[in-house]
Amino acid sequence: MEGGKGAGGSAALGFGLLVALALVPLLSQVWGGTYLTSLVMQAMILAIAAIALDILIGHAGLVSFGHAAFVGLGAYVTGIAITEGLTDGMAILALVVLASAAFAAVTGAISLRTSGVYFIMITLAFGQMLFFAFGALAQYGGDDGMTLWETSTLFGTDALQAGGGLFWVVLATLALVWGFVGRLAVSRFGRVLRAAKEAPVRVACMGFSVFRFRLVAYVVAGVIAGVAGFLLAHQAEFVSPAAAAWQRSGDLIIMVVLGGMGTRNGPLLGALVFLGVEVTLSHLLEAWRLVFGPLLILVVLFARGGLAGGLDWAVDRWRTRVQARA
Amino acid sequence: MSTTLLLIQLLNGLQFGVLLFLIAAGLTLVFGVMGFINLAHGVQYMIGAYLTVAFAELTGNFFGALALALPTALLLGLALEFLIFRHLYDRDHLDQVLATFGVILFVNEAVKVIWGPSPLIVELPEALSATFQITEGLLYPVYRIVLIGVGLVVAAILWLVVQRTRVGMLIRAGATNPEIVSALGVDIRRLFTIVFGFGAMLAGFAGALAAPIFSVEPNMGDDLLIVAFVVIIIGGIGSIRGAFIAAVLVGLVDTLGRSVVTDAMRLVFDASAANQIGPALASMLVYVFMAGVLFFRPTGLFPARGSA
Amino acid sequence: MSAVLEISGLAKRFGSLVVTEDVSLTLEPRECHALIGPNGAGKTTLMQQVSGLLAPDAGTIRLDGRDITEASVAERARAGLGRCFQISAVIPEFSALENVALAAQAHDGTSFRFFSAAAEDEALNARAMAALDLLELADRAAVRAGALSHGERRLLELAMALVGEPHALLLDEPMAGLGRAESLALTETLAELKTEVPLLLVEHDMEAVFALADRVSVLVYGRVLASGPPDSVRADPQARAAYLGEDVA
Repeated sequence: MEGGKGAGGSAALGFGLLVALALVPLLSQVWGGTYLTSLVMQAMILAIAAIALDILIGHAGLVSFGHAAFVGLGAYVTGIAITEGLTDGMAILALVVLASAAFAAVTGAISLRTSGVYFIMITLAFGQMLFFAFGALAQYGGDDGMTLWETSTLFGTDALQAGGGLFWVVLATLALVWGFVGRLAVSRFGRVLRAAKEAPVRVACMGFSVFRFRLVAYVVAGVIAGVAGFLLAHQAEFVSPAAAAWQRSGDLIIMVVLGGMGTRNGPLLGALVFLGVEVTLSHLLEAWRLVFGPLLILVVLFARGGLAGGLDWAVDRWRTRVQARA
Repeated sequence: MSTTLLLIQLLNGLQFGVLLFLIAAGLTLVFGVMGFINLAHGVQYMIGAYLTVAFAELTGNFFGALALALPTALLLGLALEFLIFRHLYDRDHLDQVLATFGVILFVNEAVKVIWGPSPLIVELPEALSATFQITEGLLYPVYRIVLIGVGLVVAAILWLVVQRTRVGMLIRAGATNPEIVSALGVDIRRLFTIVFGFGAMLAGFAGALAAPIFSVEPNMGDDLLIVAFVVIIIGGIGSIRGAFIAAVLVGLVDTLGRSVVTDAMRLVFDASAANQIGPALASMLVYVFMAGVLFFRPTGLFPARGSA
Repeated sequence: MSAVLEISGLAKRFGSLVVTEDVSLTLEPRECHALIGPNGAGKTTLMQQVSGLLAPDAGTIRLDGRDITEASVAERARAGLGRCFQISAVIPEFSALENVALAAQAHDGTSFRFFSAAAEDEALNARAMAALDLLELADRAAVRAGALSHGERRLLELAMALVGEPHALLLDEPMAGLGRAESLALTETLAELKTEVPLLLVEHDMEAVFALADRVSVLVYGRVLASGPPDSVRADPQARAAYLGEDVA
């Protein structure tokens, strides 16, 4: 069904989540302190990248395994610009958008000539290409990355500083991206993408150049991930190739699938839950991946539909029960 | 660059190519025959290296370690196939990618818990630790020459198996048209298990061979896996011949690129700029190479599937 | 009157197998031109070449006098070549209305609109409804395409092809999989339709072919064996031997 109804697809749930996130700074006054706010900021930045990735995986059916490279690219452009003395936030953002759009356009044009498993491997390879290129930038810290001793200013304010208004900038960006992608999914453009996911040849026969639609989707997703990287550099005040590692791309895919592909709130939920699970497990056990790896395998083998799907199911049950009682 | 240096780089490139081939061969067959994309293939390489380290300590002998590591790597590969991968053959690629990613997370962490996070080394046996005089002024470690030789022999055997034997015929048929093989009444599950175990063992063998020259550490297979993907993309998925040629090409492009690109940059930029751009560009070279091949041949150099 | 669709000297081979050999055909306004022939005669590969899914080795294809031999599938569709598949290929997850609206999008302005909800695009929905109405599917507009019956899905495909106001329509076995009542109804619909859009029809159902076709071409081993009005083809001994013979005898 277009747009998707039920809890996973309801705008109200997403809106509620965003409001809850807005209350985090208040909560941190009594519990968690700056650790909590910085953790939640990280989760929100990941959510931005995950929502962008869901345009590709969920709506276009393109499993991109190089999405973290765009986050890394955004972070590196930011880090290099600041190191070179450019501190106007808007100017840096413009550079980030340009760089990620250009990288997406070129690599997308090549990757999208293929499909299926080739597409997975090629996006993986292009992502790895950036990862190694970052590591080879000796003047910007090489493999160790670079610490940002200052951050950029937004119209002369400290809105982009972790101690200042960054939380609100990240939250606002997340809300914007969530709203935009939600609309995009049901727009004319989104309709063509979803149709091409089901039956690409049929859609081409209708007169659509499937390649062009997918390429635009790839560029849009890349730019949003680049913006997430811009925010990540400001939040961490540190930039390293690790942000672009292919394992991070894997994490983003997990968030999207865990949350529910192609659903309104899935990637947002997925990112929050992913970071929550990671933090909780790593507190309990240093080698937390010993638990997380098998958990992931079990989820893939036995639980499909993601969190948003599960929520839909739960809400439906609750509704039928309420109706039965009435 | 002098001729001697060039020769050394050529040998290094060939050696890297041979290792890549051993990893890529299993990957490309497993994908070609089963349509299964296995991210955890790099883990097999790491397991091979760690087992060699462990058995070398136990036996005090590199060859003994090799003899024990190979069957153990095979058994571990088969165990993974039985427990997890077998249930993924019918799933879509996204599920395969996610579940095998879970395997990577687990095995990398397990290795870290068992052997610790710091790199380990294996002593080379006396007989192989010498150097070899190729030309005047060019000494090359015997072990690396042996590695290249062994790799080439394995490649030749593999090619013979795929081209000449019954199993090989089924593998080729499976890579070209999977429906036909099951229609022939072949026990496809058994064929899958054989191919998978074989691929896992080859990757483990690559890890064992690499153990004495590279550092043995957690995640060592992850980055190599992606280069192996690049190899099979260039070679054409499912093609052993393609994997071999692409592996050697990628090995040479990468190794030569790293020594040539910075010098080449000096022709265009001033020295300091060249020193900055060169290394970054060199590390991107194999991927640019891949992009170039794909641009002209979207299905690789020797596509197995759907070729007339 | 000039031909809407003009195929001349089309040839295609796969290795040593010749699937299309020097095929020349025209489609005139207001006509239904049927292609018949035994299985493996190359009807489907011919249709694939006309619609752009397969590149011919030689020959040209013209639509409204314009050479479209090199055009992509999508470009041909935008130029006015509508097509229906042998295997029903609607988007099963979409509602009937949404399927037609999607097809309408292809011919109506740009689809690179990211923000306004497509489902609330009244002009688009109105066009889609009109096409559904034409094929008497309006009351099934909200039903998921995957849940429609065989016959309804075939009509839906026609609606999707028609909403783009094609200049010529390729129909690849529209009767396949339909019951007798459904084929009769579809034949009637197509008979009305051909006065608006000329039809190039590939069909095994001879009853439908002879009810609809103004011209019939017999394709055997990739070559046109006979071509002409239905009665003359029916009378042609060669054509009968090649194809009708099987059916009659």
